[in-house]
Amino acid sequence: MISVASGEVRVSDPAKRRQAVFIVLACTLMVGAAQVLIKLGANRLGQAGLMQTLIGILTIPQLFAGYFLYGIFAVLLIYALRHGELSILYPLIALGYVWVSILSVLVFHETMNGLKIAGVAIIIAGVAVLGWGSRN
Amino acid sequence: MTTPASSIALVLSGSVIGSVGAALLKSGAQFLGRGLSGLLLNWRLALGIVTYLVSSVFFVKGISKGELSILFPMVSLSYIGAMIWSRLFFHEQLTKPKLAGVALILIGIVFLGLSNG
Repeated sequence: MISVASGEVRVSDPAKRRQAVFIVLACTLMVGAAQVLIKLGANRLGQAGLMQTLIGILTIPQLFAGYFLYGIFAVLLIYALRHGELSILYPLIALGYVWVSILSVLVFHETMNGLKIAGVAIIIAGVAVLGWGSRN
Repeated sequence: MTTPASSIALVLSGSVIGSVGAALLKSGAQFLGRGLSGLLLNWRLALGIVTYLVSSVFFVKGISKGELSILFPMVSLSYIGAMIWSRLFFHEQLTKPKLAGVALILIGIVFLGLSNG
């Protein structure tokens, strides 16, 4: 099914792998912003059907911007995956949850409870350990 | 509020599908930079993008009903899936920092899920 051409194991150079990690980390902020924008746009959508939702994506600025950011994220992720390891880069996307939690407080004035703060802190620690592990 | 089995099934299958999508994107990405055909005739990349979209539809459908505190942590199954595909198809080493990092992320996601309950 999914196989690397001729089963070769590619070892790309460390500088490019590090670059891939930073690209994905920057991307997570984009994902967080995209989710907040989509949420803002969806509030304006109300109880729309499938067709109205599709039209809404094109006509409601927040929805359009949100999905546009998602598109950029996909392109950058694919670029990063060329040189980086899937087992590092994919879990890093979890940092998006952290940005969403922070942005939700800033934009929607949601409250941060103890569990949420703990979750955010533990995810940041996990991302740091992953990033640290990708040095070699 | 209880969580219907259909929501759990949707979120779990969305997670597995999403991780397969990521593996397809990775495998397709290797063919980029080999001219226009590497981009346009890249069925792995195309299938990866479609798979990713399908998984997001599963998530949205699944999360629309039921408790977030139960459903949200299930999303993290996709990280475990991605680790397995990385090892199987791309021969990536699952080092201790990687496993520890992912374990911490999973715990953090469980906490975030609980905070929504």
